[in-house]
Amino acid sequence: MSLIKTLRKGIWQDNAVFRLLLGLCPTLAVTTSAENGLGMGLATTFVLICASLVVSLLRRLIPAQVRIPAFIVIIASFVTLVQLLMEAYLYDLYKALGIFIPLIVVNCLILGRAEAFASKNKPLASLADGIGMGLGFTLSLFILGAVRELFGSGSLLGISIFGAGYIPVLLVILPPGAFITLGLLLAGMNHWEAKRR
Amino acid sequence: MKEIMRLALALTLIAAGAGFVLSLAESFTRAPIAEQRRLETLKALKAVLPPADNAPDSDLVVLVAGKDKKGRDIEKTFYRGRQGNDLSGIAFKVVAPDGYSGNIDIMVGIAPDGTISGLEILSHAETPGLGSLITEAEFRQQFHGKNLNNIDWRVKKDGGDFDQLTGATISPRAIVGAVQRGLTFYRENREQITTTAVEVKQ
Repeated sequence: MSLIKTLRKGIWQDNAVFRLLLGLCPTLAVTTSAENGLGMGLATTFVLICASLVVSLLRRLIPAQVRIPAFIVIIASFVTLVQLLMEAYLYDLYKALGIFIPLIVVNCLILGRAEAFASKNKPLASLADGIGMGLGFTLSLFILGAVRELFGSGSLLGISIFGAGYIPVLLVILPPGAFITLGLLLAGMNHWEAKRR
Repeated sequence: MKEIMRLALALTLIAAGAGFVLSLAESFTRAPIAEQRRLETLKALKAVLPPADNAPDSDLVVLVAGKDKKGRDIEKTFYRGRQGNDLSGIAFKVVAPDGYSGNIDIMVGIAPDGTISGLEILSHAETPGLGSLITEAEFRQQFHGKNLNNIDWRVKKDGGDFDQLTGATISPRAIVGAVQRGLTFYRENREQITTTAVEVKQ
């Protein structure tokens, strides 16, 4: 499979959130605004790319019997690294994402790609897979965050869209709103996909 | 046996490598992180204190306000703002443990006579869009100029004078209670807080 194809696959055809429904815990929890979604997506993408590359480089050295703990150590290290860097240089985002940064460790998307792709493919292909999957994940979180912010607070990226007179639909911002919005988006995507065929 | 050794060795090497990288990263980010935390405290202090020309985060008094369940001292830190040699205000952190979800950390600034000059929410985990409105200026503004004697320290729903928020009474109630307890503690220990010499921060 060509690199470009691997890259594109993660963004649409095998999109982590909208297609594979992987990594839904952070997806549903942090997407109360477009900015949070984007920040969480990029942090996860960074971890995913680094973890995929390292797992792929070490794939011949890691014995199959202990591969899962080895992957987890690698993933957890990169998460801690992201957390330290964010706290040092992107403090506001760090405060906004809070508890969910350490939880990137248990995002099954990352372990899933390490196990299903990076441990069986060459570094370059794994890198492309990590970038594609990461961008797809970021895009999904951004869209979900943007929709929820638009209807839940009447703004987009903190800029007021509907004006002061708009009464926000609080439900969209609350946890149930995450499920409902995701459900509607999935329905919309499936409908569009079915029509295209 | 040989196989187990090989597996153990592989995992040990990976863990050691990870540990090494992380210890490097930690040593690089330690200073910037400490600086970010200091700036955050300083920003909150500047926002709540009456005008001051000193560095309030290094002019502080630490008092022991009792023991917690495990017998450790509960420490309360008071930051003092000065203009020249005169005390212009005191800031302290109060914690509302009875919010809707988790603790609410609040920084309160007062004039030396115990009247509130400013209030900032440092951290909270209240419901976005409902309880989270406690961070809005509109809600915080109502504390300005209040002291223990000139207002009934309860939310309106409980018969007091403070506005609750639409759809969220628990968060404002927790804050009003915590601020009142903080002011009471200040009144009881005012002498010590305003006159103790500067303690050098470790």
